Amino acid sequence: MNPKDLATTARNTWCPGCGNFSILSAMRSVLADLDSEGYPIENVVLISGIGCHAKIVDYMNVNSFYSIHGRTLPAASAIKIANPDLKVICFSGDGDSLAEGLDHLIFAAKRNIDITLILHDNRVYGLTTGQYTPTSPQGFKGKSTPAGSAEHPLNPPELMLVSGASYIARGYTHGIEQLQKLFKEAILHNGFSFVDVLQVCVSYNNLYESYNKWTYNVQGNDAASFDEAQKIIRSWNYDRSDVPIPLGKFYKIEAPRFDQAFAAYPPNLSERDGKIKALLESFI
Amino acid sequence: MNNFSTLVGGIAGDGINEAGLTVARLYSRLGYHIYMYYDYPSLIRGGHNFSLVRASRQKIAAHMDRIDVLVALNQETVEKHTGRLKDNSLVIYDADKVKLDDTKHKGFGLSITSILKEATAPAVMKNTCIIGGYCKVVGIDWSVLEDVLKKHMPKMLELNLQVARHGYDQAVELCRIDSSVDENDEKDKKHLPIITGNQAISLGLIKAGLMAYVAYPMTPSSSVLDFMARYAQDFGLKVIHPENEIAVMLMAQGFAYAGIKAAVGTSGGGFCLMTEGLSLAGMAEMPVVVVMAQRTGPSTGLPTYTAQGDLHFVLNAGQGEFPRFIVAPGDAEEAYYWSGVALNLAWKYQVPSFILTDKIVSESQYSFDQDRAGDPADERKEQDQQTPLLWDGRGLYNRYRYTDTGVSPLAFPPQKGQVIKVDSYTHDEGGITSEDPQITRETCDKRQRKGQSLAAYLEAYETVKVFGDEKSKNALLCWGSNKGVCLEAAQKLGLRVIHVLVLSPFPERKLRDALQGVERLLAVECNSTGQLARLAGSYGIKILAQDQILKYDGRPFSVEDLLGELGRAMA
Repeated sequence: MNPKDLATTARNTWCPGCGNFSILSAMRSVLADLDSEGYPIENVVLISGIGCHAKIVDYMNVNSFYSIHGRTLPAASAIKIANPDLKVICFSGDGDSLAEGLDHLIFAAKRNIDITLILHDNRVYGLTTGQYTPTSPQGFKGKSTPAGSAEHPLNPPELMLVSGASYIARGYTHGIEQLQKLFKEAILHNGFSFVDVLQVCVSYNNLYESYNKWTYNVQGNDAASFDEAQKIIRSWNYDRSDVPIPLGKFYKIEAPRFDQAFAAYPPNLSERDGKIKALLESFI
Repeated sequence: MNNFSTLVGGIAGDGINEAGLTVARLYSRLGYHIYMYYDYPSLIRGGHNFSLVRASRQKIAAHMDRIDVLVALNQETVEKHTGRLKDNSLVIYDADKVKLDDTKHKGFGLSITSILKEATAPAVMKNTCIIGGYCKVVGIDWSVLEDVLKKHMPKMLELNLQVARHGYDQAVELCRIDSSVDENDEKDKKHLPIITGNQAISLGLIKAGLMAYVAYPMTPSSSVLDFMARYAQDFGLKVIHPENEIAVMLMAQGFAYAGIKAAVGTSGGGFCLMTEGLSLAGMAEMPVVVVMAQRTGPSTGLPTYTAQGDLHFVLNAGQGEFPRFIVAPGDAEEAYYWSGVALNLAWKYQVPSFILTDKIVSESQYSFDQDRAGDPADERKEQDQQTPLLWDGRGLYNRYRYTDTGVSPLAFPPQKGQVIKVDSYTHDEGGITSEDPQITRETCDKRQRKGQSLAAYLEAYETVKVFGDEKSKNALLCWGSNKGVCLEAAQKLGLRVIHVLVLSPFPERKLRDALQGVERLLAVECNSTGQLARLAGSYGIKILAQDQILKYDGRPFSVEDLLGELGRAMA
């Protein structure tokens, strides 16, 4: 399969230079690859929230559930539980998953459900034209915080690590080969996989210069070590723009999955009438 | 004996609900129909709980204030409920805890503490002990109680039987409950199960093919979740209790996307959180069933008490315009039947479907006759009844293909060579986002056509029921749990009862037919603004404020309450 086969007729409305193009391109390549490697494309379901990131499902000719703001993971969780053979991939923004839908993100990690979440982390609300988000640095001057945001940002990979996610990585939209590698690893990972993508918003928060200067690839780290992952993740807290920013795979372990807890239940539709009668008998 | 009411009272933790249920089962074995109202405050231990068990030769779904027997496990029960006693009522009490000054009423004090001590039985068994005494006092044979206990005591059966027997032996017979069973009628000998409305809803959904249930606990809907979870293995259900009601509503739609029939359950506060996802279901055309059990509001209100205050909330919940099905069953049998219908209709028309109850229908206990309730699948023999409209597999799949009925054929992933796209935005037939004005209008029309198709399909159903004296010029208009009490009051006063079962799509024509010849129409509702009256008013069926009998103190109408109100209204 050619990645181009995964395009749709929808007109792309992202700004020129938007980091989302890299995510779209990387994901199309990965899904086309996986299709030829025994993971058929019809078994993939994409779920997106609301925001610039979310348009990605309109641009991919793949099964999709274009959900509402912050609500990718609950819909995705049920799809996975309903049919564990499906590869379920969520696309979410930093406002989407870390503000409106934070509860779902923490619970998905806590459950280690076999879903991949790609965080389009541009650290600004784009579609609503420039407000601070949970990953904007303190002092961020957005439309809702003209005097500068008073809050410190969340560190999403750190939050995922303590919540129970079993695969955690970070990519950058200027590094498409690394994105492809991380996306593929995440999709094939057995459990909840989280990829924080530093996705540049050219219109409201253009961090290309800063990211180009400070990002580096972690190498030789022990991804099975919680402590090591935590140390790498904590080396940059999203607040500063004068320290190195690690990219790559930070953490990967095997752990029991929530979606496996349902596997043993047969549907038993044909036996229901008899069972209902027996149950009613017990209420006499 | 046509009617016999027993009140069992004590503190939370005394097992008052279970004691009431035991009494109910005794009468069920004697051939009576049962209704039990359970009154409890929102706490785990302490406080005053009581079960009001009514046995009748007729099918009933309402309680009476006046009681024949008061069973008191504490002093507070006597003090709170003495006013309910009739001249010939009996009082059975724990003589070690309760001092009975009342000399007017015959009674019997059991030395429960001593009996339990002698048997080295734990304090929780006091309810079994007093029910033993109760049976003797009202003349129910020991063998009947033994049968009930043997069937329903999950643990320490022998010890329970022993303390019940001590209670039975210590008491004296003061009256004799005769069996209601007609020995010549085989059907009459069949004992009916006693279940709550929530259990009936669960069974109705399971019967109609439910595959998943998702809920966050909230009184008075929680017992649906508990029931589904308990029997999940038996019926192959996927039962999930997620982080909040927002997740609940979205999970149900994830299931629907994958072809799994799912339902959710909540009460008003939880439903507030679901409305965002409800609107998604409207736009994305996801079938989802919502069990919405009302309690007293606004806000936290009275968590364990009743109301019919959320009708207009459910009718209008969610931004934008989209069709929905709403049914408000009046008892356990209707709850069973219509829950199955609600699930089928959700999938047939790809709309949200509501089973709107209240604390009374959800948590009261009813004699339940499965045959009488009916089988939602048998109502119409059409093949499509239980199976939604499925894609025929030809050509290119479009999730939102335009059709005459507005209903697009469903397909579920994986489908080789096809994509299945659902969308919360306005979208084209393929499920791709669009802001085109023509598509916006067309898709709105498509959704409305589904509502019209649903309304037309419902013509074959009894969406408005008429009871009582069908010729009477005076009629009561009610919905949901007030069916039972209206029916009894109407029988006494020779009135017609019009029970509106389906609230959306509103059965205007059927309601007008039911109103033929009515000169005086009184609305009976458990809210302060007359919500059904207001809904009917929007269809030109006017009910004046003085013709609305409204109760909004968290408690249901008793038969006496309604008779009193009707006496004043019709004077």
